[in-house]
Amino acid sequence: MTKNHHKGGKHPILLGNARRGFRGIVHAIESDGVASALHPVELESRLIELGFVEGARIEVLHEGIIGRDPIAVRVDNITIAVRRREAMAVVLM
Amino acid sequence: MSTIDLRPLNLALVGTPNSGKTSLFNALTGSRQKVANYPGVTVERKAGVFTTPDGRSVTLVDLPGTYSLRGRSPDEDITRDIVLGRFPGEAVPDLVLCVADTTNLRLTFRLVLELKATGRPLMLVLNMYDIALRRGVTVDVERLSAALGVPVVTSIAVRKGGIADLLKRTDEFAARAPAALIESSWKPLSVAELRATQRQADRIIADCVSLPSRPDTMTARIDAVVLHPVAGLVLLIAVLFVMFQAVFSWAQPIMEILAAGFATLGQFVHDTLPEGLLQSFLQNGVISGVGSVIVFLPQIVIIFLVILLLEDFGYMARAAFLMDRIMGGAGLHGRAFIPLLSSFACAIPGIMATRVIDNRRDRLTTILIAPLMTCSARIPVYTLIISAFIPSEQVWGWVNLQGLVMFGLYTAGIVSALAVSFLVKFFLWRDYEPAPFMLELPDYKLPRLRSIAIGVYTRAKMFLQRAGTTIFSMMVLIWFLASFPRPPAGTTEPAINFSLASIIGHAIEPLLAPLGFNWQIAVALIPGMAAREVAVAALGTVYAIEGGKEAAEQIGQLLATKWSLATALSLLAWYIFAPQCASTLAVIRRETGSWRWMAVTFAYMFALAYLASLITYKIAVALGAG
Repeated sequence: MTKNHHKGGKHPILLGNARRGFRGIVHAIESDGVASALHPVELESRLIELGFVEGARIEVLHEGIIGRDPIAVRVDNITIAVRRREAMAVVLM
Repeated sequence: MSTIDLRPLNLALVGTPNSGKTSLFNALTGSRQKVANYPGVTVERKAGVFTTPDGRSVTLVDLPGTYSLRGRSPDEDITRDIVLGRFPGEAVPDLVLCVADTTNLRLTFRLVLELKATGRPLMLVLNMYDIALRRGVTVDVERLSAALGVPVVTSIAVRKGGIADLLKRTDEFAARAPAALIESSWKPLSVAELRATQRQADRIIADCVSLPSRPDTMTARIDAVVLHPVAGLVLLIAVLFVMFQAVFSWAQPIMEILAAGFATLGQFVHDTLPEGLLQSFLQNGVISGVGSVIVFLPQIVIIFLVILLLEDFGYMARAAFLMDRIMGGAGLHGRAFIPLLSSFACAIPGIMATRVIDNRRDRLTTILIAPLMTCSARIPVYTLIISAFIPSEQVWGWVNLQGLVMFGLYTAGIVSALAVSFLVKFFLWRDYEPAPFMLELPDYKLPRLRSIAIGVYTRAKMFLQRAGTTIFSMMVLIWFLASFPRPPAGTTEPAINFSLASIIGHAIEPLLAPLGFNWQIAVALIPGMAAREVAVAALGTVYAIEGGKEAAEQIGQLLATKWSLATALSLLAWYIFAPQCASTLAVIRRETGSWRWMAVTFAYMFALAYLASLITYKIAVALGAG
């Protein structure tokens, strides 16, 4: 699952750190080491099932009131609500 | 059904959450639905029957919504097992209908590809086709059918005739000779396979579906307000406030008509039948007992109407989003919001709805506090006491004081629920990571009125069935307790003073006396265990038998003369917490699979109720309301 995401010059950003209005493309799902209650494989499966696959267009639409969490993310043409903690598994470019 | 070749069909509906599966189910089966449980588990089993144009009888099961066949919750396990034909006691579906929201095909196509691997005959239904067309989505149906390798049919579940094509294709499918069964090659997908199927699904979409250049801006514009950190929360509170004002004031005229109707009926029985046991049984036991519960039907209809409207509109998922961190502070999952909101109608469906929470501990916490949400069965008790003791005047110019007290009682329930959840998390599960909150926020859609009407009808029917069975038998019991043994001949005291009810009531009165409860309340609380609203009917019966028919008609005014304000407030406080619902406790036992959690729920709620009543009563008396 580990991919070299340093090519292309642009620095990768984790969705979990992205602010409202951020737009990007899913570069990889890296669920190892993410502080989620879910097992990394399970977390990765669920993210994929909700459309977070490599190449998907992402836009952070809304942030919650407390700690800007959770976030509402446009993933291609659907909207997904996710906590920042789990969104740390989504690597954007 | 005239010819032999019209063998009955078994169909199963599968789809992702928000695919419009329920409205399609409602469109196909109308009111011919049966809601029950799958054996051994408490997942709701919704089935219905309909007849195709050819006259074929079809049984349709609405399977729990899922994004994949992986089965990460008991609901999803059931969907998978029925599709695979390995659920004991459940018919193997002859045809699986996979429902897709045409405006949002990505996630469903991946599910279709997974379903294909099961080898079960499959048909894809492109639902909400009209909305998709309006938004500029065009689908090459034939090409899609070829690419996916399954028949594809479009439908508009909400429009008359919108499912004609689906019915026709079902007949065509049934008329063909049954194809040789294909062995299921399905197995749980690995992450790499999951990716591969999603890519395949995306390729098919690129090939057969053209998406509009302009995306739907309506949802974005509404969300700008609804999901705004501040405006969104203000709106959420306003929605809840209006909902409870509506429950209290809109239902009132209809309730008065119902109450008057039952009183007239009781009077008719009284005048027609000779004085005696049968007359008393019919008038005081049956008519006034069941009548005083059925009177609350309008409120239950309104609360379900609002919940279903909000859900259909797409607001419920937004509410979960707004509440996630706030509830998270109290140790709750954002997804708990929907079960807890359902608990305002009734804790039983609410507790059953906690199955959407996959983490066991999050689920247990939600189950523990769900009964603290003010369920509709408390409304009769609250309404009775509020209308008897709280003046109906306007405060701040436009707010009804009675409605305000009602709102306060709801708030007290919510606040205590959050507090209990916080304590549970702090003491029981201090060292545990919160479970993830991942939820699709569907595009807003105009609520489908027919579908909502069917939903409200189904629930109203369930309430009436309960009123007709559990509550009726409890009413007969309470009438019996209040009528036997008969008073000695020639006595001038009310008959009830010689009854079993009086004996029981007096026996537990010392325990409840510190709360300001008299023995009549003590008597009413016992059958109230069957269902909270029965307490009102029981009070009616107790006082009706004591004071004659006038008392039964005007129980509210009677209470106002018999109880002090402190007693009334104390009883309101008791009902915020009282663990008085045998069916809720039974559901907790079933859902948690242990007597322990049932006992814990009962014990903590009883303790809270006793404490709250005690404090309320003492303060009220000290302030001179005793």
